[in-house]
Amino acid sequence: MMKYIIAIVQPGRMEDIQRALSEIGISGMTVSEVQGYGRQKGKTEIYRGAEYTIDFMPKIKVELAVESKLAAKVTDAIKDVCNTGRIGDGKIFTLDLSEAMRIRTGEVGQAAL
Amino acid sequence: MFRFRFAKFASLASFGLMLAPLPALAAPDAETAFIFNSLSFLVHGFIVMLMAAGFCMLEVGLVRSKNATVQSTKNIGLYSIAGLMYWLCGYNLMYMDVSGYIGTLMPWSPADASITEAGYTGDGTDYAASSDWFFQMVFVAAAASIVSGAVAERVKLTTFLVFSGILTGIIYPIQGSWTWGGGWLSEMGFSDFAGSTIVHSVGGWAALTGAIIIGARKGKYTADGGIRPMPGSNLPLATIGTFVLWFGWFGFNGGSQLAMGSAADVAAIANIFVNTNIAAAAGVVVAIFATQILYGKIDLTMALNGALGGLVAITAEPLAPTPLLAAFIGGVGALLVVITVPLLDKFRIDDVVGAIPVHLVAGIWGTLAVCISGGASFGVQLTGIIAIGVFVSVTSAVVWYVLKAIMGLRPSEEDEVSGLDLSECGLESYPDFTRQS
Repeated sequence: MMKYIIAIVQPGRMEDIQRALSEIGISGMTVSEVQGYGRQKGKTEIYRGAEYTIDFMPKIKVELAVESKLAAKVTDAIKDVCNTGRIGDGKIFTLDLSEAMRIRTGEVGQAAL
Repeated sequence: MFRFRFAKFASLASFGLMLAPLPALAAPDAETAFIFNSLSFLVHGFIVMLMAAGFCMLEVGLVRSKNATVQSTKNIGLYSIAGLMYWLCGYNLMYMDVSGYIGTLMPWSPADASITEAGYTGDGTDYAASSDWFFQMVFVAAAASIVSGAVAERVKLTTFLVFSGILTGIIYPIQGSWTWGGGWLSEMGFSDFAGSTIVHSVGGWAALTGAIIIGARKGKYTADGGIRPMPGSNLPLATIGTFVLWFGWFGFNGGSQLAMGSAADVAAIANIFVNTNIAAAAGVVVAIFATQILYGKIDLTMALNGALGGLVAITAEPLAPTPLLAAFIGGVGALLVVITVPLLDKFRIDDVVGAIPVHLVAGIWGTLAVCISGGASFGVQLTGIIAIGVFVSVTSAVVWYVLKAIMGLRPSEEDEVSGLDLSECGLESYPDFTRQS
């Protein structure tokens, strides 16, 4: 009964997300810098007279494992922080998590979260 | 033509005479002095020119990579604009027929009474007119680049370049005329050898008003009073930039002797080089000790600022101090920088590179420290500092507000967050880091 939440959002949201999640009791997450695009079109730029298109925009990916009953709260919190009403705000995916283990102690299950 | 070759031979000969172990040395003739004085302006001048590269490296290294292109563009842009504005109106506003408060508004021309087709006349100044313009021009450029660092990462590129044009063409020359142009401050006895106040604090005041009026970078200061550091992207580049600035300062202070046509002048320049180096070195060491004590770790960025603070402080009087006094002046300059940097944050004034502590605060200290070596009275120095401070702050503030109304000072919040390189220039500095080539 654990969920794994992946949120792909605009860069610069990291600290806001961190603050919002710590307010609901989440104490850990993993963040990576990625590139992506969806409906948000890229930009056309000019370099020394030649046009080129940048499709992939920088994003950040936030990942965390939570108890199932917290999952909805987490996704709502992330959505509230990241929603600007514009295309490019991002997406949140919730996956079922079958097992988790704390490496230091060997604890498994919800005790590992 | 023949007279020129003969003149060169004669000056070499007299130079050789100066080196030979004769009991009495012949003073160099007027043309030899002319040559060496001009040489001093030219060589010291192009050494100062390299400070433009130094500022660029320092600033680019201390901003985040998403703003490196804009910062570079600002630096090469402002150096060029300064060079043109100083020709178009700045130099004569500063030096020509100064009435006490202002010179003459007209473009500078390289007409030189010293040289005719017949050769050296001795009728003009004892240095080539163009060599003096060149030397003064690189100083103006230095003042403008001070502003660029402080307001980095959240000012519009075009707005900043327009401000630089007005600073270098009008504001700097008018206050410069008060002292170096022979105006009212020089008549009072105000002493500022190479420009702690006239160059550095001027840049500092313009930077301070800019930082306040433009506002801080988004996210730098949180609503609950917190401060979010935004570390620079390339500290080795910033370090090399500081070394280049240090190198440039030998030209900055050495050339301000304004002469090299006698043994006394050259000895003075040598002492200036020594004091300049010692002040910078003392600044670094004091900053290292201070940050180790205050923060438990040596802060490289403070050590860099410490070197520059020491250099700015000694700039008002690099000749008269003993090496020990030079070290003291430089060290105190650095200490003031280390204290002021967090103080600005407390007042929520966002200075990205520490330009205000280094150029304004250390500049004021250096100008007052002239009194220690007996070069001026405290009251006169203070008058100069305050008069120039008020003038530059008020005029800069007016310009910033006018530009805010006409062009806007800041990019949109979205552009600021995604990085000015893409929004202002459409050009990333490090495109390979985030996408395949």
